[in-house]
Amino acid sequence: MAKIHVNTSINGEVVEFLCEPHETLLDVLRNDLQLTGTKEGCASGDCGACSVTVNDALVCSCLVLGVEAEGAEIGTIEGVSNKDQLHVIQQKFLEHAALQCGICTPGLVVSTKKLLEENPNPTEEQARYYLAGNLCRCTGYDKIIRAVMDAAETMRGAA
Amino acid sequence: MPVVEYKVPENIDAAVSMLSNTKLSTKVMAGGTDLIIQSRAQSSDPLVVIDIKRIDSMMTAAIVDGGLHLGPSMSCAQLTARSDIKAIYPGLVEAAYLIGSTQVQGRCSVGGNLCNASPAADTIPALIVNGAECVIHGPKGERTVAAEDFAVGVGRNCMEQGELLTRIQIPAPAAKTSDAYLRFIPRTEMDIAVAGAAVSVTLDADGTCTAARVSIGAVATTALLVTEAADALIGTKLEDAALNAAAAAATAASKPITDRRGTIEFRRHVVGVLTRRAAVIAAQRAKEK
Ligand code: FES
Ligand code: FES
Repeated sequence: MAKIHVNTSINGEVVEFLCEPHETLLDVLRNDLQLTGTKEGCASGDCGACSVTVNDALVCSCLVLGVEAEGAEIGTIEGVSNKDQLHVIQQKFLEHAALQCGICTPGLVVSTKKLLEENPNPTEEQARYYLAGNLCRCTGYDKIIRAVMDAAETMRGAA
Repeated sequence: MPVVEYKVPENIDAAVSMLSNTKLSTKVMAGGTDLIIQSRAQSSDPLVVIDIKRIDSMMTAAIVDGGLHLGPSMSCAQLTARSDIKAIYPGLVEAAYLIGSTQVQGRCSVGGNLCNASPAADTIPALIVNGAECVIHGPKGERTVAAEDFAVGVGRNCMEQGELLTRIQIPAPAAKTSDAYLRFIPRTEMDIAVAGAAVSVTLDADGTCTAARVSIGAVATTALLVTEAADALIGTKLEDAALNAAAAAATAASKPITDRRGTIEFRRHVVGVLTRRAAVIAAQRAKEK
């Protein structure tokens, strides 16, 4: 089976790749493009570790075929910081110790960024519901939610 | 069924001809939240995927004469962001919002929920009470099927080889009409309905119910339209006796199974409770219109 040639944009840069029709966007990011910040937890859409944006929609990259990236704009964790300058959300995750093993963290940061774009002033309940698709084995979630609420406040102050 | 071929039709005719002219097993993909997982199951049939997301009419929604023309593949995230649609069919939008996580919402669609034909599909009862019609294109032309007749069994829908669901059409509700959908899950988010109920009611000026539809989900192989429950509401002011009669009718119509998410007895009871509560919410919304 011939590989398919795909033209896409990832974190604002033009990217081309070849992939098999059954490969997921997650496979392509990690195995072909060496963008290993996006993690695989379950590969079945349940854990959110693989969260990315595709044309501004928050999705699980394990439930997107690589070939669907044709002509799309993809956003991954690698595009969140400004070079060496961490994004406020990343900084707040560090300050609040909102991670332990870190497998869930890239997905949570990508999801939190989208949450705060859609709703800069969420209630704690809204934040918890929005992030319910991002599972964390380690933290018990409270520190994550504290980091998210603090990031939201800081970003509102800066805006 | 590993995906061996990926096709992107530009219009409905092209999609229908791709669906008809194939020797391999062929599936239409919208958001893929069910299909991609199913494609990894053991069975070894090679699968051709037809991605219909480049067809504009599949991905957009419009209010037409007070009713809704819904592109079946529009993501639930886009649908639930539409306040104009939510104002007319709050129960339908509520049901769409309950499917999966924020990430799944970014891809999943009402049409996908219909075609996947899970007994527990949240949007199907809500479509049924709103009188939704499913417009299907195929090699022999166009036909229309009522939402309650679209799913025909667990994971099976009424479409034949070569057919494609191209539009979900919902009529404009009568004055003072509204809907609600409720489901029971043991958690607060990200779960599959153990039982669900949608109700639509129409009230007259003094609050008497003049029309109603009730549909229950996850308590039979497909979502059921329960006319006995609706009849129990019509002609009443939705007092306790009428609500209890509707609940009892929903319980009586249910044919659930026992599985790890709930027993027959539990599901039969809960589907009645949900019917009653959804009727109260729908009536409150209808009053406020
Ligand atoms: S790896 Fe995609 S949701 Fe878990
Ligand atoms: S920090 Fe380990 S899964 Fe979240």
